[in-house]
Amino acid sequence: MNNEYKKIAVDGLITSNPTFKLVLGTCPTLALTTMAMNGIGMGLAVTFVLICSNLIISLLRNAIPNQVRIPAFVLIIATFVTIVRLVLDKLLPSLYESLGLYLPLIVVNCIILARAESFASKNTPLKSVCDGLFTGLGFTIALTLMGAVREILGSGSIFGLKLWNFSIAFFASSAGAFFTFAIFIALFSIISEQVEKKRKIAKYNLFDAQKKTEVI
Amino acid sequence: MASFIAIIISAVFINNFVVVQFLGICPFLGVSKDFKSALGMGLAVTFVMTLTCLITYPIYVYVLVPLNIEFMEIIVFIFIIASIVQMIEMALKKFSPTLYNAMGIYLPLITTNCAVLGVAELVIDEAQMISILGIKSMNMGVAVLYGLFAGLGFTLAIVLMSGLREKLARQPISKHLKGFPIAMITACFIAMAFYVFALI
Repeated sequence: MNNEYKKIAVDGLITSNPTFKLVLGTCPTLALTTMAMNGIGMGLAVTFVLICSNLIISLLRNAIPNQVRIPAFVLIIATFVTIVRLVLDKLLPSLYESLGLYLPLIVVNCIILARAESFASKNTPLKSVCDGLFTGLGFTIALTLMGAVREILGSGSIFGLKLWNFSIAFFASSAGAFFTFAIFIALFSIISEQVEKKRKIAKYNLFDAQKKTEVI
Repeated sequence: MASFIAIIISAVFINNFVVVQFLGICPFLGVSKDFKSALGMGLAVTFVMTLTCLITYPIYVYVLVPLNIEFMEIIVFIFIIASIVQMIEMALKKFSPTLYNAMGIYLPLITTNCAVLGVAELVIDEAQMISILGIKSMNMGVAVLYGLFAGLGFTLAIVLMSGLREKLARQPISKHLKGFPIAMITACFIAMAFYVFALI
């Protein structure tokens, strides 16, 4: 049982990371990562919507007829996005300003609909909430990492704090967004392949050692 | 006339939906492997975007604002878009099976395309529209024209991308860069080309 939750966590954060592995929700990833703070804001907004929509969809999974499930999911998601939007507008108007158009567009973020369709509509509420939390955190971490790199290189600061006066305007531009994202996906693929190789070798060695002891 | 040209230049080039505003990236990367499907997707999106602006703009201005329920816009818009897409699909199936066969597979994808909801949200933001188009005030005609030309800008970007990717498919590329990364590096160069329009 515990193992199952561990698998959900590792899946959401690393092995099927929504941004670097599945490449979902690319629009906000490219548009909002000029600053690390925007990445955190967007990531947490998506995480909140993901947890709530996963919970409700999972609770209603036996009540929603199969033919109308997509419109029903979208309506549930749109309701939570409206809530996030109203709350952010009142509590954090500066973040609301900088997320701008991309805040209502959380509705059509493929990560949320994908998790609703492939996970929440088939699993228990507790598992679905867990999945929403970790997938959302995976997205948040990815956005924050990309935002940090682009902010350091593009404007020489991090989380709004000035580091030095050196900056490469390319990384703050829209072309830089595509370039940084491409490099991140490629690096993620290289690292996960290396880790996989190491794990295989370790497994083989273990197997080998076991065999030797058996022989002895 | 001058403002008409300004709308075209701004919507298609300076504020290109895909490479400048990052809307509709999913189909831009997903359906750009060959020229024919890219063109089909682009035209289907253009059609839906124009129709969406034609319906959501008056609903926002003449229904939601007088009733003071602007906060309902997301739910209302996504509902309208899903209905439009569904209706187009049914109409195409009934009246033009050939067009349905060509466009049909892209239609369900359009509901969750951020370009469509994005344009609906953008045209009701009067202050931003005035600043990017350089016009005096927003009206229905401008909204529909913007929807049409923003869609054509999307088509232009996705067609350019498909041409480049068709060429790239025959090149030897490192295993880790294959697929999304190389597509994004290609998009990076397209974005640089479009950046020039912003300097004019």
